[in-house]
Amino acid sequence: MNTETGIRETLRTFISENFLPQSGVDSFRDPDSFMEKGIIDSTGVLELLEFIEEKFGIKVEDEEVVPENLDSLDKLTAFICRKKSDVSP
Amino acid sequence: MLVHEFLELSADRQPDKIALIVGDKRLSYRQLEHDSNCLANALMAGDLKKQDRVAVLVESSAEAVISVFGILKAGGVFSVINPQVKARKVEYILNDCQARVLITDQAHLAEISLIKAQCPFLKRIVLVDAATEQDRKIFPGLESWPDFLAESQATRPKKRCIDIDLASLIYTSGSTGIPKGVMLTHLNMVSAANSIITYLENTADDIILDVLPLSFDYGLYQVLMAFKFGGSVVLEKSFLYPYRIIELLIREKITGFPIVPTIAAILLKLKNLDKHDFPDLRYITNTAQALPPRHISELRRIFPQAKIFSMYGLTECKRVSYLPPAEIDRRPKSVGIAMPNTEAYIVDEAGNRIEEPWTTGELVVRGANVMRGYWNLPEETDKALRPGPIPGEKVLFTGDLFQMDEEGFLYFVSRKDDLIKVAGERVSPKEIENVLCEIEDVSEACVVGVDDEVLGQAIKAYLVLKKDSVLKEEDILRFCSRNLENFMIPKYIEFREELPKSAHGKINKTSLKQRSL
Repeated sequence: MNTETGIRETLRTFISENFLPQSGVDSFRDPDSFMEKGIIDSTGVLELLEFIEEKFGIKVEDEEVVPENLDSLDKLTAFICRKKSDVSP
Repeated sequence: MLVHEFLELSADRQPDKIALIVGDKRLSYRQLEHDSNCLANALMAGDLKKQDRVAVLVESSAEAVISVFGILKAGGVFSVINPQVKARKVEYILNDCQARVLITDQAHLAEISLIKAQCPFLKRIVLVDAATEQDRKIFPGLESWPDFLAESQATRPKKRCIDIDLASLIYTSGSTGIPKGVMLTHLNMVSAANSIITYLENTADDIILDVLPLSFDYGLYQVLMAFKFGGSVVLEKSFLYPYRIIELLIREKITGFPIVPTIAAILLKLKNLDKHDFPDLRYITNTAQALPPRHISELRRIFPQAKIFSMYGLTECKRVSYLPPAEIDRRPKSVGIAMPNTEAYIVDEAGNRIEEPWTTGELVVRGANVMRGYWNLPEETDKALRPGPIPGEKVLFTGDLFQMDEEGFLYFVSRKDDLIKVAGERVSPKEIENVLCEIEDVSEACVVGVDDEVLGQAIKAYLVLKKDSVLKEEDILRFCSRNLENFMIPKYIEFREELPKSAHGKINKTSLKQRSL
């Protein structure tokens, strides 16, 4: 689960199960913007943050709650990999 | 005065001032005036008659704002549709208001292609983005914004309206489940804007951060009012990533921040808000639902120099009341007093004024801000607008139950009907139940609002399925997501063998609500 692929798949499953059914979107590609595709709403972002903090044992700072880090599966995976390498060098 | 004169007067007075900031675009009053004149002239060249309806279905953007003013300048009536609205409701609205023109964007074209054939009144579609070959194939005659503006004159059109003409139709949920178009005249909108600007003490130095959709009157008025007092508006199309909002507050030196309780709840989840300073923020306004007292005190700690205005209103008259910020400690639960130039009072079932403090009755509103009625719904209109104290005058029965304290401050008690407020949006349980009952295996559906820390109220659906149905929650959500705006999709779904009924066979919502607490 700690490999890049493991992280990506864990996130994909979480997003597919928790956000997709109510979003009206059938599928998404890894670089798709959650905001533009309407996959996640503002309360969804809070759920996502809670999930990644707990699942990956990282602490997301306020400054990091920006689309550059969170707004696609690609960005999210890269962000978590970066955070994990910060805490366990 | 007419609504588009807000823009025209500011453009004459301070043409180079930045009026609107969207993403990295910064538009001056001169530019907005220029573009909306071009749009108005193009609409009139296309034979838009005075008071024809024009629908606007685009994300919050400069084009959305230009559309509103361009339509008004052409003497038309604008209706901004929530960009989340799904095809069937767009179709309903376009046909209900008999829109002649639709201004939309690439993101919505696919939905429009599904319904275009069912919208006989729609004569023109204008795309705010550049149109592709493919688009033109699907929509013969599709016009694109860049061409539209380039080929048109920028001269200010001659006035076509007077202030009792209609300016806007704002669609809102009704208890019947069918959206109702609230008819607002120029006079209604100018009066409401004047009153609000007066109590907020806005000046041309104000910079407003608007994260609310323009289909929501609260979001729309931020732009209208800012143009009236000659300030600036920063439009942000969503509230998805809260830290971005903090950055904007600081970077753009925001002085006014309108919110609904959900925005406060999300912002306050950030961990280190205390370490920032917001020296420019002069006020925060809240409406749609009351802020929980804990959030009021948190907001005051984080934004110590900002005044907090608790307000109450409904689309039918825009705003009713505001609590002077100095009163918030003494009466944290009050939504205050009638705003300037309006009157609000409470009546009993027979329509007599209640003078006794702390007695519950229906709130009635008098003022030039009260709507002209519901579009094409004379019966609904007669229920809401009833004779007032002056012969021939109509006052607004809000459908909201209130109490008043000894000093005349207002307190919201509950709705008379069962409308739910989700994240500030008025939601009709009936509309959701209608959609749920279209699912083949659903034999009964009942929707109620349950308390929710972030949303204020969340939607819960109780469903009875046909025997042997294998339908799962996921299937229900998927169906809802194709037919309802996102905020109307149930957060909780519970399957039941049967629903509690009254002696007359009506579903007993009160009992369901109590059990779901």
